[in-house]
Amino acid sequence: MSVESDNSAEPKVKRFMYVNRKAPHGTVYALEVLEMVLISAMFEQDVHLTFLDDGVFQIKKGQNPSVLEMKDFSKTYRALDGYGIEKVFVEKESMEERGLSQDDLIIPVEIIGREELGALMESMDVVLSA
Amino acid sequence: MKFAILVNEGPFGHQATASALSFAQAVLTGGHELVRVFFYMDGVYNANRLASPPAGECSTARAWSELAAESRVDLVVCIAAGMARGVREANLAPGFRISGLGQMVEAAVLADRLVTFGA
Repeated sequence: MSVESDNSAEPKVKRFMYVNRKAPHGTVYALEVLEMVLISAMFEQDVHLTFLDDGVFQIKKGQNPSVLEMKDFSKTYRALDGYGIEKVFVEKESMEERGLSQDDLIIPVEIIGREELGALMESMDVVLSA
Repeated sequence: MKFAILVNEGPFGHQATASALSFAQAVLTGGHELVRVFFYMDGVYNANRLASPPAGECSTARAWSELAAESRVDLVVCIAAGMARGVREANLAPGFRISGLGQMVEAAVLADRLVTFGA
């Protein structure tokens, strides 16, 4: 699938960044952002995925949401590379503030500092956060 | 400028919808193009025509329909988010249509700016 631009047959690709800022459970935001991420990749957009604030808990190892009667969608993050989504970032400060390290995360990510992340966001065409 | 709007919260419990409406009206009044308004997450409740809040409290669902009638704005409800919340063809307010999340991606690509309300 692709999006045709106004005046050419070439599909139009934009730099999308999805910014996950909320814990994985308790609200539905994380799950529904994940749907947007997958669809954007299916539409061949240049997708970037960032976890900051409590959003870093979305990719923490050892989740067991079945006790909350919720689906364990953390497995889907492991399938992201299958959708061509390889630009995954975690904000260093958010991770450290929560006592986490890269070893606690279920997928390989690029750890990026707050200032650098700001500059990266600046370079995006579309930034969506939840 | 071409704008697209994404509404992620419901009309009754959250300010987001009222702000989105004001913004949509300002876009049109300012002579800009509104590519699409996409309703996702609890935002799909904006399309529920069965909502009847007490008089004077909240009339945003009707306001969206009026906006669509006046300005032919494309109001799109996410099918998956809508199904999960009981918003479907049977109770869809006038002026809305149901489609997939791809319509949000397309709107973001076609617009110069995608502006999100809520979440």
